[in-house]
Amino acid sequence: MSEAILSIRDLTVEIPTRHGILRPVDGISYDIGRGEVLGIVGESGAGKSMAGNAVIGLLSPPARIAKGEIHVGGTRIDHLKGDAMRRLRGKEIGMVFQDPLTSLNPLLRIGDQLTETILAHLDVSRSEAEKRAVAALDEVGIPGARERINSYPHEFSGGMRQRVVIALALCAEPSLIIADEPTTALDVSVQAQIIALLKSLCRERGTAVMLITHDMGVIAEAADRVAVMYAGKLAELGPVRDVLTTPRHPYTDGLMGSTPLASRGKARLHQIPGAMPRLDALPSGCAFHPRCPYAQDKCSVDPGPDLADGNGAACWFPLPHDAKVA
Amino acid sequence: MALVSVANLTRIFDVSKPWLNRVVERRKKAFLTAVSDVSFDIEERSVYALVGESGSGKSTIGKILVGLLPPTEGSVKIRDVDLARERDAARVDAVRADIQMIFQDPYASLNPRWRVRDIIVEPVAARGGETKGMAEKLLEQVGLSARDAGKFPHEFSGGQRQRICIARALASEPRLIVCDEPTSALDVSVQAQVLNLMSDLKDDLGLTYLFISHDLTVVQHISDKVGVLYLGRLVEEAAPDELFDDPKHPYTQMLLEAAPKLGEFGREVDPPKGEIPDPINPPPGCAYHPRCPLAEDICRKERPEMRALRGARVACHMAE
Amino acid sequence: MTDRQLPPDMPIAVKDPSRLSIALQSDFFYTFKRSPVAIISFAVVVIMVLAAIFAPLVAPYNPFDPASLNLMNGFSRPMTPNAFTGDTFWLGTDDQGRDVFSTILYGMRISLFVGAAAVLFAMILGITLGLLAGYVGGWTETIIMRIADVQLTFPAILVAMLIFGIAKGVTPVEHRDQMAIWVLIIAIGLSDWVQFARVVRGATLVEKNKEYVQAARLIGRRSPAIMVRHILPNVLSPVLVIATISLALAIIAEATLSFLGVGAPPTQPSLGTLIRIGQGFLFSGEWWILLFPAVTLLALALSVNLLGDWLRDALNPRLR
Repeated sequence: MSEAILSIRDLTVEIPTRHGILRPVDGISYDIGRGEVLGIVGESGAGKSMAGNAVIGLLSPPARIAKGEIHVGGTRIDHLKGDAMRRLRGKEIGMVFQDPLTSLNPLLRIGDQLTETILAHLDVSRSEAEKRAVAALDEVGIPGARERINSYPHEFSGGMRQRVVIALALCAEPSLIIADEPTTALDVSVQAQIIALLKSLCRERGTAVMLITHDMGVIAEAADRVAVMYAGKLAELGPVRDVLTTPRHPYTDGLMGSTPLASRGKARLHQIPGAMPRLDALPSGCAFHPRCPYAQDKCSVDPGPDLADGNGAACWFPLPHDAKVA
Repeated sequence: MALVSVANLTRIFDVSKPWLNRVVERRKKAFLTAVSDVSFDIEERSVYALVGESGSGKSTIGKILVGLLPPTEGSVKIRDVDLARERDAARVDAVRADIQMIFQDPYASLNPRWRVRDIIVEPVAARGGETKGMAEKLLEQVGLSARDAGKFPHEFSGGQRQRICIARALASEPRLIVCDEPTSALDVSVQAQVLNLMSDLKDDLGLTYLFISHDLTVVQHISDKVGVLYLGRLVEEAAPDELFDDPKHPYTQMLLEAAPKLGEFGREVDPPKGEIPDPINPPPGCAYHPRCPLAEDICRKERPEMRALRGARVACHMAE
Repeated sequence: MTDRQLPPDMPIAVKDPSRLSIALQSDFFYTFKRSPVAIISFAVVVIMVLAAIFAPLVAPYNPFDPASLNLMNGFSRPMTPNAFTGDTFWLGTDDQGRDVFSTILYGMRISLFVGAAAVLFAMILGITLGLLAGYVGGWTETIIMRIADVQLTFPAILVAMLIFGIAKGVTPVEHRDQMAIWVLIIAIGLSDWVQFARVVRGATLVEKNKEYVQAARLIGRRSPAIMVRHILPNVLSPVLVIATISLALAIIAEATLSFLGVGAPPTQPSLGTLIRIGQGFLFSGEWWILLFPAVTLLALALSVNLLGDWLRDALNPRLR
């Protein structure tokens, strides 16, 4: 068992507001090993992006890490500030954001952006850095890398820009990549290309990947393990095949049923009644219980059990239900 | 008789730089062909889905259908009235009352300064109709509460706002509703609710939908016929089951292959090659030929016509 | 078609929460309550406005009623009984025995009235032209914006003096004093409308492409209705900020013009006129005739400015 590249224990993010303290991330724990892709899936407001921002230290105030520990490559990082965090960011952790348009500085040539990043984090000469920049572009499949190194971001299409972003994230050779909805803004065909690229590059280098998305299909194709988030907490965590084919948490089950992909041949989509609760109006006990078809009295009192290390569902009555539930 | 008849529809945008720039930089005028010679019919009380990636022209077709954009060539006839060319204002207005649209972005579709009630009844109030109690009734019909009528849009979530948009679309009792990616901005579980709602309303009220989407899997449930667009051209048209089980055009095949599948874990897919070409300078002949595994000489020279093939229509020289 | 009758138990008459009550509960008002700068400057402005409006009731004397003046009261020091008459004046008197406190109150009336009216005029003109330029586009926009650009190349004070001079030459002598105020308002307003037009045009361009405007267009609403009922409420936010700061600038502009002798006439002096009068006596020792009007002008302009600054930050969505 390889030592985890990323280890999160009991991470909690708080935002103080005039209506009280909101917890978009409430006590989550997971590990990502070398070369592993962990998919974080959840709907909007579940807190998945917030968790990714917490790891890379990009929480915008007044949001802050209130509790918990984050370890990257064995070193604790959640308490790092300013310079120390900046050195870590980019060198150990690379990030791929959703919108390729705003991830790249429109005023800088992409060659410059790549070279600067390499120089900032690796101890190489400028000419060496420039060579590596061209090699990076080549690796992500940009045709004519040597010429296009001097282009500006707006001269590329959306898919090409996202490839550049991936090159930028990988150029300093990080051990962890956080990809926050990397394909949501792209066409289906381009999405397939980007996912394949991400998978192959990370497998070659043994980079750990935190893949944040709301798209179950992307998870099925790209992830090794998957964590399902709901209202700031982890609802379920496990190997992707298990979680997607035999979900144990009723929310995961409902989510799978609602996905059009999974309902081929059925006349009507399964729908979960209601909507994810707002953070300032969380139900008592298990946050999902008002929408759960199997809820019992206990569910409105006690929040779900903690996940057994690395696996399981935060549910008092996980599926499958063999016995008849009253 | 078909409710909607689209015939040889073409829409070209002039995207040239301003005159001064063109003179100084010595550029030619640039024209973007968003829609090129598209023809299809929509039967009454059915759902026609238009599917395509970015640059396919699907949104443009939707806007032409509701009269927000005029066609450059060709015609769109709704109940036999050509909105763009009809001179009789009364006939145009009568048909306009029969068409409505639901948009993609639930956050920009509702005027933030208006109350929900006023938003919903505007299609009727603007024509001088009676609107007492109408908003409340429609809100209940789309699964919200009558008490929500006095609220403002920012008090609602994305899915709820989309329901308000649907309520507004129903206010004038239209026959045809053009839905431009109505669920693309919504979460999966909310999407399911909204799609089910739209399906129920269609059955209850006898509506006709033009459903525009980039997601093939979403349309398979709700549509009776699917049209696949590529770079402004209609490349295939078939019933959804026919399309999914036996796609005939290489582009449709590529789309279906590239779409993520739930049952195949960690599959090593051979991703599609190339990218969508520039609509200002489309490839000659068949627009897909640079990326097509079946491309032959004729594909580079001649643009294929739509022809019938085993229960579908395809625009491909090589398909069989 | 389903029956659209309301079921008997449907509560129609649910009272909407008023816009005022919503405003009082909003984050905006919350920020206001917590900002000492905002509260103080708002209070100062309110006090001064009320004092100006109720000047005839508040002022101990009417300084412009020649009958009530006593030349012997001239040059009285503040809070010191006059050597000849024994009357005490809070802020002293000027050369003609006018109570400085009263002249300030009456002067504020003119200053505030001219300032507010000029800004109002500029707003109406600027918003209208900005909406037209942004929504209609084309040649309308080009013409309006080029006029705006030309207007901006002239310094505001010079434009005002030019208009003033022309108006003076055109009106017969006996009406000049009465007309002076109105000419002043128009002159300052005309030099100020451009910033409103630009901001509104920019905001209009953004709103114009949003889906709620498209929804209104497709039901057939005409452009004027869309501009006024849909776009206007959504572009007013930045206008409010500019208006507040413009008010401070307009007050100062009016004071400047009056100081230069081309503004308010001596029969209806504003704070600027008072400053001009007082300046003549500064070096002969009667400092109070200049100081108090100047301090008043400073306090007024500063408070309005601070309020405007706070407003801009409070309304900026990015800073929330």
